[in-house]
Amino acid sequence: MSSIAFPTPDPAILARRDDIIAGLAALLPPECLVTSEDERRAFETDALTAYRRLPLAVALPRNTAEVAAVMAFCHREGVKIVPRGAGTSLAGGAIPQEDAVVIGVSKLNRILSVDYANRTARVEAGVTNLSISDAVMPDGFFYAPDPSSQLACTIAGNIGMNSGGAHCLKYGVTINNILGVKMVLIDGTVVDIGGQALDPAGLDLLGLIVGSEGQLGIVTEATVRLLRLAEGARPVLFGFDSSEAAGECVAAIIGAGIVPVAMEFMDKPAIEICEAFAKAGYPLDVEAMLIVEVEGSEEEMEAQLARICEIARRYGVKVVKESRSATETALIWKGRKSAFGATGRVADYICMDGTVPTSQLPYVLKRTGEIVASYGLRVANVFHAGDGNMHPLILYNVNDPAEQAKAEAAGNDILRLCVDAGGCLTGEHGVGIEKRDLMRHQFSEVDLTQQMRVRAVFDGRWLLNPAKVFPLDGRIAA
Amino acid sequence: MQTNFTSAQLADPHMAASEKILRSCVHCGFCTATCPTYLLLGDELDSPRGRIYLIKDMLEGGKPATAEVVKHIDRCLSCLSCMTTCPSGVHYMHLVDHARAHIEQTYKRDATDRLLRALLAHILPYRNRFRLALGAALFAKPFRPLLAHLPRVGKRLAAMVALAPPRSPAVTAEPAPLTRADRRRVAILEGCAQPVLQPAINAAARRLLARADIEVVRVAEEGCCGALVHHMGREAQALEFARRNIDAWITAIDQQGIEAIIITASGCGTTVKDYGFMLRDDPLYAEKARRVSALTCDITEFLDRLDLPAVSTAPKRAVAYHSACSMQHGQQIRDEPKRLLRNAGFTVRDVPEGHICCGSAGVYNILQPEIAGRLRDRKVGNIERLRPDIIATGNIGCITQIGGGTAIPVVHTVELLDWAHGGPMPPALERAPGLNSRVVQFPLA
Repeated sequence: MSSIAFPTPDPAILARRDDIIAGLAALLPPECLVTSEDERRAFETDALTAYRRLPLAVALPRNTAEVAAVMAFCHREGVKIVPRGAGTSLAGGAIPQEDAVVIGVSKLNRILSVDYANRTARVEAGVTNLSISDAVMPDGFFYAPDPSSQLACTIAGNIGMNSGGAHCLKYGVTINNILGVKMVLIDGTVVDIGGQALDPAGLDLLGLIVGSEGQLGIVTEATVRLLRLAEGARPVLFGFDSSEAAGECVAAIIGAGIVPVAMEFMDKPAIEICEAFAKAGYPLDVEAMLIVEVEGSEEEMEAQLARICEIARRYGVKVVKESRSATETALIWKGRKSAFGATGRVADYICMDGTVPTSQLPYVLKRTGEIVASYGLRVANVFHAGDGNMHPLILYNVNDPAEQAKAEAAGNDILRLCVDAGGCLTGEHGVGIEKRDLMRHQFSEVDLTQQMRVRAVFDGRWLLNPAKVFPLDGRIAA
Repeated sequence: MQTNFTSAQLADPHMAASEKILRSCVHCGFCTATCPTYLLLGDELDSPRGRIYLIKDMLEGGKPATAEVVKHIDRCLSCLSCMTTCPSGVHYMHLVDHARAHIEQTYKRDATDRLLRALLAHILPYRNRFRLALGAALFAKPFRPLLAHLPRVGKRLAAMVALAPPRSPAVTAEPAPLTRADRRRVAILEGCAQPVLQPAINAAARRLLARADIEVVRVAEEGCCGALVHHMGREAQALEFARRNIDAWITAIDQQGIEAIIITASGCGTTVKDYGFMLRDDPLYAEKARRVSALTCDITEFLDRLDLPAVSTAPKRAVAYHSACSMQHGQQIRDEPKRLLRNAGFTVRDVPEGHICCGSAGVYNILQPEIAGRLRDRKVGNIERLRPDIIATGNIGCITQIGGGTAIPVVHTVELLDWAHGGPMPPALERAPGLNSRVVQFPLA
């Protein structure tokens, strides 16, 4: 049924399961260790639910010392580890394997300190993305990266996947907003990487850690940047008669050197799904819609909007609708950020994450539609248009194995299309297991080998999240 | 999400309904973030997504509930915050109700747990028994520290006794309303615990309706809505209560022309509004249940639709409005109570983290006193930061729970509305020394 292979579990580890659990039980109190089959089952997948593997055990440590103790133990015993944040990965980044211990950071959920003078916050890695902004919003600050799952996803997961979000067009992704991390290495050593400021001394190891998909260590604390809230912000809806016209308009806005704070795309199926859930006032009589948000003073917003409207008119914009209140703004974003979940009301889906140059958007959108149709399936497009980060949702019935195979094949075709159009496999969701076998389409063997050699410096025995990112064959050890 | 039910399993309508719910879940995890127990415990098994997975596995496998599964389902408050959050429309309430009934049928709890639950199920839903029990609890109050030391069940018994009010409330005699053919008519659910604990609430509701020239019809045969036992998985008992109430109300609808069944405890409102679903497969009651559910509304929903006279003087009281979970999540009622309070001249303040449960949750604060206590402290902390004069809410359970953790008086929304519209000062305010002395004469009109 499933085209994505999992490595065969190590029988020696499975045979030692009781001893391994006894070892973990000596390190953690009972409420921090999940061992019964019923309870382990709940951790067998993340938000890519078509793939599931029951983990050997789940450890939920409460602090860095406990994380380090569990990792040192697993390292000593040769037991694989799968790190888990909130388990919201759409690429299967947190899917376990039978011979691995899941280490979840969900109990590390405190904001440790806020330093407004230096505009930073120190947080435990299991805090949710949104809870940071919630904590500092009353004082006029926020944490910029805003993945759609920001309500639930953890900073640990954001660091693992170098997550983006709607407002990253202006503010950058996770790597641009993290200053330092405390990380536990595979042998239990605790290291501090980066610092309290934007440009710490020495090698830019932070750039290596952010986006490493839990293969180099487990981050337990992070220092994040806080930004001042803009004076004002206003999303505007632009409705078009075709997806291609909307895509061309995006390319023209970016091409004109305008950087709105966010520029999101939704096609008709996505508009209908999200409007039904959020009742945000999206136009239902258009084929595609852009949510363009401008921010700043009233004059700044007006000036930028005037330029954007002028470009949109050139591409035949049909509807222009500005948010008139904070409530409307909240609903517009609620609809957009709930798009994936709301799609669950209509069908099962897999969500692609390919990124292309914005000039290629019209072509890739058109081809995406053709590819999915050729498999007899439907697609809903909702994505970060401003940075060309596409999220086609391929709709299918997960209870039908034939449809699942078709959906996967269509997804692979779309990702190859993105790479061939000058883009890459993943904008923000990560490779996980989902795109692992497509890595050779993007990278040469030389590239992959160099990446694996770097990886091997941290984890020469492939114990950390081993089934992810790199194709299962041709792996190199330390 | 993928499911694996056999067609034989799906022939059972309960199972078919649950399968449909499970299919709509995409496992996105949004629900974890707004779940009170996940916030406290940081374990996905104590989150909606984890529980959904446990339930799915239990139902698909046709397995009896295990101690592990029961532990995590028991910890669920049924606050339904997850349903407000869920973008996919997963009907968690119906799923967890199904799971609780399955647990009740397939799992044998230990003796003390069984005893405590039986005690609650045989006392709370019955007004007279509850009144007697309350007397016993008042008597037991001085012995609470001793009770707490009883093995296994002590903490929960102590929690139960602690919830009893410091004095037995007086039963106020209400004048029988005059019947006039042309008046609009409604029924108000008397129910079980509320009229014993706080008869002032429904009295206030009646006065408010009387001022709007609406007659409240007495429906003698009604009683507990069934929510308390329903949440303990005692489906048969819950349905029995539901049928009795439906019979009583259908008679009142058909013979006395009541236009609404008004509920002043949002916990009950959520359940009565669900009668239509609970009895959907009962050929004798399905249609009647639907009619009853359709006419049911919270008192604030009903008052919001009326043209209440304006209040001319501002009471200058800051009210922290605590939205009960059954109000904001169970019934999705958010603005009406606050609008009514503002229109009545109160300054209304929203409680930070207002979507998180106070820990009351029916009998949860008795069965899970530790988690409930932590949630209460968190809630009281959030409320007290607002420095309100009064806390208002629309559910008796929250009034008792929050009242146990703060010196600020906690009253029902309708008590404040009634006061502002010319009724007596709510008893809880009379007892609050600081407030009472500052009360000059309100309303001043």
